[in-house]
Amino acid sequence: MKKLLIITIAAILFTACKKDKTPAYNTSIKGELSIEFDNIAGSSDLQLNTASYTNAAGENFKVTKLKYYVSNFVLTNTNGTTYTVPQDSCYFLIDESDESTHDPILRVPEGEYKTLTFTVGVDSLRNTKEISERVGVLDPAGTAADMYWGWNSGYIFLKLEGTSPAITGMGGAFMYHVGGFGGYSSATPNNLKVITLDLTARGTAKVKQTKSANIHLMVDVLKIINGSVNISFATTDMIHSIAPGVPLANNYASMFTHDHTEN
Amino acid sequence: MGRKHWLIFFIIFVAGIAACNKNDIAPSISFQKPTNFPEPVYRFASNTITKERFELGKKLFYDPILSANSTISCGSCHIQTSAFTHHGHIVSHGIFDRMGTRNSPPIMNLAWSTSFMWDGGIVDLDLQAIAPITNHVEMDETMENVLNKLRYSSQYPALFRKAYGSEEITTSNFLKALSQFMLLCVSNNSRYDSITRGDAGKSFTAEEQEGYNIFKQKCNACHTEPLFTDYSFHNNGLSISSVNDEGHYLITQNEADKYTFKVPSLRNLAYTAPYMHDGRLLTLDGVLNHYTDQVQQTPNLDPAFQQNTKPGLALTADEKIKLVTFLNTLNDKSFLLDKRFAE
Ligand code: HEC
Ligand code: HEC
Repeated sequence: MKKLLIITIAAILFTACKKDKTPAYNTSIKGELSIEFDNIAGSSDLQLNTASYTNAAGENFKVTKLKYYVSNFVLTNTNGTTYTVPQDSCYFLIDESDESTHDPILRVPEGEYKTLTFTVGVDSLRNTKEISERVGVLDPAGTAADMYWGWNSGYIFLKLEGTSPAITGMGGAFMYHVGGFGGYSSATPNNLKVITLDLTARGTAKVKQTKSANIHLMVDVLKIINGSVNISFATTDMIHSIAPGVPLANNYASMFTHDHTEN
Repeated sequence: MGRKHWLIFFIIFVAGIAACNKNDIAPSISFQKPTNFPEPVYRFASNTITKERFELGKKLFYDPILSANSTISCGSCHIQTSAFTHHGHIVSHGIFDRMGTRNSPPIMNLAWSTSFMWDGGIVDLDLQAIAPITNHVEMDETMENVLNKLRYSSQYPALFRKAYGSEEITTSNFLKALSQFMLLCVSNNSRYDSITRGDAGKSFTAEEQEGYNIFKQKCNACHTEPLFTDYSFHNNGLSISSVNDEGHYLITQNEADKYTFKVPSLRNLAYTAPYMHDGRLLTLDGVLNHYTDQVQQTPNLDPAFQQNTKPGLALTADEKIKLVTFLNTLNDKSFLLDKRFAE
């Protein structure tokens, strides 16, 4: 008992000490902040093609493809100021099958950040940019080839594909493609989702030029299909246009949670 | 005729030939807004027209390398002698003869168009080519493959260097070159144009003029002069076919857009049959009979067709003849023969 008390006191002192040594930040220089998108299915790590999961409707399924855009990162400093990652470096395509895409790196001014905000999808401004400004992950003849609707000019924000024994036709395959930024000249449903995560409970991000930080997010794919509307594979196997994607977008707006931060 | 007169005649004759030749040898490769047309909507500022880029775009337009099995080019479905439509095909055939569900529209006066495709799904001409290239009923290819085929071809890197100063073949340069070709396909030399421009000695016949008056009353609200479309979306009362093409609704998913389609231009109708988004009407008489007798009360039928006891437009047989006479003044044969656009 005494031992425990001593340890506790020591621990408190130790953390207090550490706190005292809060690094001085120089906001005019930048450091690296990576955001890890750790795709999971409920309580298990997401495994493409092999593992089987169950949705709220009790249907088994496997995931063969998971891809989504994240963009327009904004970080709120503990002092209340915000930093918006510039347009030329704020679009990323997370592809479960490609490990190298899982933790996009942002360059942000030194500082301690308490809130992370980003968009799932490609905002309407970029979605209407002329072709020479659609490079890198937004190149419709490159990385974005698989994430672009040619017949209805616009990026697909999220693709979830897989198979389920609940589906009788199509070799049991389902394809859910969600997009729709609100339309060019006529209004269409808007499936852009802005995610704001408070980092204080599980660790603020302390960025220094000499020391990068990593915000680790859990992204639960089950939440794409289980949520305010539960999606059944038996009734819906294909989603390829804007309006049918609305319930999925509403669901996946809550699939991101902050797990921890490595400073 | 005196000697002096002969000389003058001779000079004029030679000058005339020289002028003609000039047009043949170096026809102008630049975008010129016809005097009787409004300002174009395409952003030319970010795609400066040059001869080399236009020529590159034209080569691409006619090159089957853009399709999966190298059998189909853009020009296969957009044929110059049919004012860049797919004449005689109700709906366009793509590779492996899979049928599309829509009739191929003309490549004409696209610099004024505010959207593309019958349903308006594409809003920027520079993004247009992606759709047919990647559509499995059209060219069934991937953009990535197309660019790689061009990169490894024996001719294209040099052509891109000539056009853009670099052999690098980017998505943007590829698409913008195609746009240059399409943008210059301006058709403005119909009889109607020369009359409205006020060319000397040109005027409508009495019958054409009467047709024009009827046109202004009954058609101009949608098929607005001088482009003969205002690019808006309407339901003109075609019966709903088994394909159940919902038109602009497919893009906006707004109930009020169900069964509406982009108003097509009425220029060059003599060369672009069959008509309507699915090519169901084979002749102009058929179109006018549709408007007077076959308009269906489908969801969102345009109010213009609900002014009488029976849906449709009221036109007598005589008025129809006059209308067709007027519509025939919108044909521009020179557009079909323009060597700048020929394969
Ligand atoms: C297999 C036939 C086919 C091929 C090949 C084809 N097109 Fe088309 N094109 C069509 C059809 C059909 C439409 C109308 C489609 C729709 O409305 O859904 C169309 C529409 C268009 C339009 C829109 C015109 C307007 O006024 O709305 C343009 C521009 C165009 N095509 C350019 C091209 C280019 C460039 C290529 C080559 C990269 C090409 N097409 C290849 C059949 C074809
Ligand atoms: C309320 C708007 C409206 C009015 C008024 C109207 N049209 Fe149309 N027209 C359309 C639309 C929309 C289409 C395309 C419909 C489709 O394909 O589904 C069309 C198609 C056509 C076509 C087929 C063109 C092609 O290339 O396929 C012709 C020809 C035509 N109209 C002629 C006329 C004439 C002549 C009048 C007057 C007597 C007229 N229209 C009045 C909206 C209108």
